[in-house]
Amino acid sequence: MATIGQIVFYRRCCRHLCQDPGSSSHNNNMAALSRSRHRWKRIKCLHVFSRNLTGKFDYDLLVVGGGSGGLACSKEAAQLGQKVAVLDYVEPSAKGTKWGLGGTCVNVGCIPKKLMHQAALLGSAVKDAQKYGWQISGTVCHDWPSMAEAIQNHVRSLNWGHRVQLQDKKVKYLNLKGSLVDEHTVRGVTKAGKETILTAKNIVIATGGRPKYPTNVPGAVEHGITSDDLFWLRKSPGKTLVVGASYVALECAGFLTGIGLDATVMVRSMALRGFDRQMAGLVTDYMESYGTRFAWNSVPKRVDRLSSGGLQVTWTLAQSGEELKDTYDSVLWAVGRAPETKALGLDRLGVELNEESGKIIVGADESTSVPNIFAFGDIGEGRPELTPTAIKAGKLLAHRLAGRSAELMNYDNVATTVFTPLEYACVGLSEEEAEKRHGKDGIEVYHAFYKPLEFTVAERDAGQCYIKVVCERGGDQKILGLHFTGPNAGEVTQGFAMGLQCGATYSHLLQTVGIHPTCAEEVVKVHITKRSGLDPTVTGC
Amino acid sequence: MDPPARPSLGLYDYDYDFLVIGGGSGGLAAAMEAAALSKKVLVLDFMAPSPRGTKKELGGSSFSLDRVRKFLQQTSLLGKAIEDSQKFGWKFKEEVLHGWSELVQAIQDQVKSGISELKRELKSCGVHYLQARGEIVAPHTVEVTDMNGRKRNFKAETLVIATGDKPHYLDIPGVIEYCITSEDLLSQRHPPGRTLVVGGSAEGLECAGFLFGLGMMVTVMLQPGLLPGCDRKMAAKIENHMIVSGVNILHQCSLSKVEQIEDVLSDSFKSEYKILFTIWMGIATRALHLQYCGHCVQVLLAVARKPCTFDIGLECVGVQWDQKTGQIPVNERDQTSVDYIYAIGSVQQGRLSTPGLSRQTGKLLAQRLYGGVNILCDYINVPTVVLTPLEYAACGLSEEKANLHFGEKSVEVYHSYYWPMEWTLPCRNKNSCYVKVICHIPDHERVVGLHIMGPNAGDVLQGFVTAMKCGLTKQQLDSTVGIYPGFA
Repeated sequence: MATIGQIVFYRRCCRHLCQDPGSSSHNNNMAALSRSRHRWKRIKCLHVFSRNLTGKFDYDLLVVGGGSGGLACSKEAAQLGQKVAVLDYVEPSAKGTKWGLGGTCVNVGCIPKKLMHQAALLGSAVKDAQKYGWQISGTVCHDWPSMAEAIQNHVRSLNWGHRVQLQDKKVKYLNLKGSLVDEHTVRGVTKAGKETILTAKNIVIATGGRPKYPTNVPGAVEHGITSDDLFWLRKSPGKTLVVGASYVALECAGFLTGIGLDATVMVRSMALRGFDRQMAGLVTDYMESYGTRFAWNSVPKRVDRLSSGGLQVTWTLAQSGEELKDTYDSVLWAVGRAPETKALGLDRLGVELNEESGKIIVGADESTSVPNIFAFGDIGEGRPELTPTAIKAGKLLAHRLAGRSAELMNYDNVATTVFTPLEYACVGLSEEEAEKRHGKDGIEVYHAFYKPLEFTVAERDAGQCYIKVVCERGGDQKILGLHFTGPNAGEVTQGFAMGLQCGATYSHLLQTVGIHPTCAEEVVKVHITKRSGLDPTVTGC
Repeated sequence: MDPPARPSLGLYDYDYDFLVIGGGSGGLAAAMEAAALSKKVLVLDFMAPSPRGTKKELGGSSFSLDRVRKFLQQTSLLGKAIEDSQKFGWKFKEEVLHGWSELVQAIQDQVKSGISELKRELKSCGVHYLQARGEIVAPHTVEVTDMNGRKRNFKAETLVIATGDKPHYLDIPGVIEYCITSEDLLSQRHPPGRTLVVGGSAEGLECAGFLFGLGMMVTVMLQPGLLPGCDRKMAAKIENHMIVSGVNILHQCSLSKVEQIEDVLSDSFKSEYKILFTIWMGIATRALHLQYCGHCVQVLLAVARKPCTFDIGLECVGVQWDQKTGQIPVNERDQTSVDYIYAIGSVQQGRLSTPGLSRQTGKLLAQRLYGGVNILCDYINVPTVVLTPLEYAACGLSEEKANLHFGEKSVEVYHSYYWPMEWTLPCRNKNSCYVKVICHIPDHERVVGLHIMGPNAGDVLQGFVTAMKCGLTKQQLDSTVGIYPGFA
């Protein structure tokens, strides 16, 4: 019965595909197109029938999306002896930027970002160095093209590295744009429009997301860029307006300021939504003192290109409705990211999506509403959009699909870092969230400002270097969340993330011997509670 | 808690409840904690100037020296940063040079302001502080000699010895006259120039790394060995990194004589020293003495440190101590053989000594005595950090000790090299940063030792120390999600 039902379904599906003019290649030669389509239909039907007769698939596992998560999942599965193929295809951005294998993180995310952040940090290091006796004569300036070239070369070497790794691990790499036909079949289209049909026992979707453009701002798409383009610019973006207050926006504005550009962040309501409010405030305070401009409570209206080549941006103030204008060299939109689920053909299969976000609704085991189809990474609804979580989730999924373990991904206590000029890292709950879950009287917040030793000689302002530990009030005072702003925040927090995983309590923290002289030792020294109202500012050693 | 047996208060009329000899990190931590528990506290702090005349102030070796250590490392790291920054697109007009006197000034200003801050804090805590030398002259009685030689006697219920240590000078001709130690490094008015660092201790390597970072020629003479007590493989890796970056390292030698030769250089403030040293060939016991001589502008001794316990009158009240090393044996409550005398910090026998640990010890001691808390200091999960140009931080056991302790079969070592992302553009060596996790297999693969070598190793390690306290296992380590793109 099932077989017949499936065949009927395929027929319907084929018909549907043939009727859909947009689903096939964009070939101008209509005759050739219809011919190829007929041929394809025949081949496809043959495929389906032979598969249904023999019960064999081309692959055990097909991964759609070659980002950090997809690659981790496919490599892990191949190592467990599965026959795996990974489909990766980069749709060029609205500005025409495209890149190689590895997904957002490698090409237009964490890696180029961290490197540019490092460039900005080195800029401040050069300033500090003069305080430490290094004699630098003349002005120091930054050259965007040489940085961009170095970073791009590094990214290309990583693209290549991923290709080699796939080959070594015997994962078939296909540079195809994949869309789903049924729960075992994927249709891949090459750049030239050639189609291939692939079948697999399980299909994993890990296509991630792409930056969004606003829909109601005239000129946004024509004149603006997104983070997809920023890292691949050949020349300096110049005076830049960054629209948005996500961590992406703040990080980009931060390093642009750091390398000496005029950068402005336009914020509609609040910065770093979802993060601890107090910490977000510290991060933006520091950025303001660092030289980044902020346009608060502003809503962009339109972007026009002036005859001089500059971009005129018009925005209104949310409260007064007053209209303001300024001219910039570049406008960077960082108003959020959205998954590209439409092109995957998920609706045809009945994979349940969140209407609003377009993300796939997934279970704790990354399963979707359709059996044999799994989804994880940024495309999963409610999942953190973080590379390491995707990698971890991908590996665990590969183990489960190969029947090697039943271990589920633990999405709690995931540490995050925001690479703003003053880095901010946190793990666990924000103060607001902890308050919501345990009540105002159910939590105890320990906090302290501190001064990193290296800031003293450099005479840098340490007013925003701060630590906050949110604990349960009763019992052992289990740590619920830990927040840290300061140099190397990410490195400092990593170990504590582990501590939280092991169920660390405040007394564990107190009993830990500090490492002198580091910034991290400040964490084990916090003792002033917010409740006490004592002054948490810097004291002696 | 078991309070130490003490004579009833009627017999003695104490001036203070708690008297601390030595104002290092341990002493001050104990003093402040005791004062916070509303005890009457006195801290005596006096450090004899080094043989080269460098004076020291409150805070002891840990406070000033550790700050200086960090600053020096930062200086050489910034030098490296300047180099790197060119790869990241920063353009300089001229070659970058280093100005020694500006650095010295900046650091000394910082140290001074740090000390005055510390004094203010002590005052606000209600700790009495005297810059004077203390010597125990009778039970519960300390004779205090201030800077002008005036003497007073104070009686105290509890005494704490936290005098710390100072660099040890070798008994070799010419050493006291011509050699400097890490304490004197920053009182030099001129850049040190070609330097021989004698001793492969953490201190020696830190100084060598710093001087090398400023572009000076540095030779390290390993005497007695490299990073004694550290994990052997990690030590070898640090050595390797230093050799690769250009520091000369002399093995199996020992210094035998230092003498000054006539001013070779035209500028009279720089005098060169001729050093005679013996190279030990073959097995140390049947050594062929080959005398070599070399020249350098400065000899920096970093052989070992010795506790400052020789002149505080320990024998007068019968405290047991090692006459040779100067260390004082203590029990797990940091108590010496005399009930009311406690010893903390680097004067303790057979224990690691780090500023963080001394502070913890001091604080817990005061809490045990006066706060009704009964927590002993953990001397196993003690993190240490060596601020060499490539930072090294470790916590728990070394591989050798773990093997010795649990047997080789039940110890599993996980290790990996990593390449920090900041290092990718400057194309620095891929295989120099390294992590090692030592696990005890029968105990659910509990992590018993963790070693990290790489930038900011100290910062990275700290959180893991807390995790180790909570009984971190390898499985939990695996199941924690990393921060990207960090390397922790």
